[in-house]
Amino acid sequence: MAAPSVSSPPSSGASRLLSARAAALLSPLAALVITVAIGAALFAALGKPPARALAMFFVEPLRDGRALSELLIKATPLAMIALGLAIAFRANVWNIGAEGQFILGAIAATGVVLFAGPGAGRWVVVALLVAGVAGGMIWAAIVAWLRDRFSANEILVSLMLVYVAELLLGYLVYGPWKDPEGFNFPQTITFAEATAIPRLVTGYRANWGSVVALASTACAWLFLYRTYAGFQLEVGGIAPRAAAYAGFSPRRALWTALMISGGLAGLAGALEVAGPLGQLTPHLPVGYGFAAIIVAFVGRLHPIGIVFSSVLMSMFYIGGELSQSRLGLPKALTGVFQGLLLFALLACDALVERRKRR
Amino acid sequence: MEAFALMLSSSINGGTVLALAALGLLVNERAGVVNLGAEGMMLIGGLAAYATALHHPSGLAFAAGAGAGAVLAALFGLLVVALGTNQYATGLALTLFGSGFTAFAGEGLVDKQLPDLPRPMIPALADVPFLGHVLLGYHPLIYFAAALAAGLAWFLFRSRPGLVLRAAGESPSSAHALGLPVLRVRFAAVVFAGALCGLAGAYVSIVYAHLWVEGLTAGKGWIALALTTFATWRPARVLLGAYLFGGVTMLQFHLQGRGVDIESHLLGMSPYVATILVLVLISRNRAWVRVNMPASLGKAFRPDN
Repeated sequence: MAAPSVSSPPSSGASRLLSARAAALLSPLAALVITVAIGAALFAALGKPPARALAMFFVEPLRDGRALSELLIKATPLAMIALGLAIAFRANVWNIGAEGQFILGAIAATGVVLFAGPGAGRWVVVALLVAGVAGGMIWAAIVAWLRDRFSANEILVSLMLVYVAELLLGYLVYGPWKDPEGFNFPQTITFAEATAIPRLVTGYRANWGSVVALASTACAWLFLYRTYAGFQLEVGGIAPRAAAYAGFSPRRALWTALMISGGLAGLAGALEVAGPLGQLTPHLPVGYGFAAIIVAFVGRLHPIGIVFSSVLMSMFYIGGELSQSRLGLPKALTGVFQGLLLFALLACDALVERRKRR
Repeated sequence: MEAFALMLSSSINGGTVLALAALGLLVNERAGVVNLGAEGMMLIGGLAAYATALHHPSGLAFAAGAGAGAVLAALFGLLVVALGTNQYATGLALTLFGSGFTAFAGEGLVDKQLPDLPRPMIPALADVPFLGHVLLGYHPLIYFAAALAAGLAWFLFRSRPGLVLRAAGESPSSAHALGLPVLRVRFAAVVFAGALCGLAGAYVSIVYAHLWVEGLTAGKGWIALALTTFATWRPARVLLGAYLFGGVTMLQFHLQGRGVDIESHLLGMSPYVATILVLVLISRNRAWVRVNMPASLGKAFRPDN
């Protein structure tokens, strides 16, 4: 570590705080500009008009009520998963298997729906959401237990469990849970009306899941900035030794981080299967669990930031779908932009960090 | 006996993919860098090789795969080594970009058939009992992987540049104080690993699967990452572990071939569950892992002038 420089006067606390905040906002914006610039070049190279293509990503998703409703549907799971991941990453717990926890949440919720049968009352919505949280938590608990008891690396274990979850989903919808009257399609029965997440406005697909996501945002903010447990968690992530001296338990932080992130991912899965999908199919996982990692970083691991970055990522998804239907480009374009955005963000962060050091 | 030989040879075939990638990752981890982008580099390498192999000889295709992996690794190296970004986050970015990009760029290749390569593997030598299956008649890259393990063992533990590389991973500040080019060594190790991951991806698309689909490598990059821990960062153990895992992967096909009645999805979980089990078994002995792990693994290094 270099000794603090004597020649430059120490900047006042207030202005330093301001510049740190500005820097925190600056690099996601710069990263977005870089990603858009590369995207425009890519479109031009593919012989598509860049302005029209970019409009698919940043204008069309905001065009009218229906478009906004679709934007909300995708931003909701992204935000919920990213909130949990932000808490885990702050605690320096690298849960990268949220995709698997999301799938398990959806599986558990579906289990409740199938168990309750077609005549179930409205209570089943609550039951399936609770089951979703539990499903995600159980999947994350495997990670926490193996890390806690055997110090197995949580990155690799959580990631391996994504593949296991995908195969479990496949097993269920091709096997025991397949709709007997579904013409042999690998999917469960269509859920009954009673199990559906209520919609916000009739005629639009957006549902109360978005309100749950906003409430989760508020809870995450309160947890991180207004509770002792949140404080302990963060100290453990930034300065494990200081946390140890203070007597904060790293084991508790590990379990808390994984239970919160797993539970939120599971809840997102339950909302997805009982909301827009209405049945369990192999097409449930579309990478929200991985995209949410980017959402968390772009949102600066901050609940409010995540609200904005989840909407941005939702635009990436919708833009990819529109590019496929209207420009004939593969939908996977979304993944290219996701990766580019994270790369650009990390580079911008490092450059900002360098400037601060000078 | 014959069935056992077939099983052994197919394990070696399947294990070679993991061996190539894990040997590369071993080198960059010995230099102190974790690259979670292994899966992304394998996918890019696999796609580049497949696209090349459609119209060119397979030697060129393998070179293209290795080259593509190396280019992506250089991008990672630039961020991690030169700018000092977080290694985990940057590696994840690499994997996310790699899987997105290959899904995008490879969509047109999904239904394109490779020309039939001369496959010198099993049929030609079926008449030589046992030894024919186990020792002879593989793809050249299989021998290359074994030779590479031996070469790396010598390089890392018997040569001076290998010592420098390990110093960069154990104590970069001491190495820097001695005037060793820590950053350059780390960058070179990262690019080397990228080339090998690309080559491993090429082996998957051209030889092993002989086709291209989205997400072709199905987590093999991640399993390779787990293998380096399993092998406590030693080349010979990486090779052994890779064949073992190759065997687990192959086991499912053999069981199915023999009519064992386990649902294919459930059977398909075996490599992933095996990886978790192996990680647990090796990690539970913390002292053993700590003694063998490069001391500065995963930590950014910035030389203070």
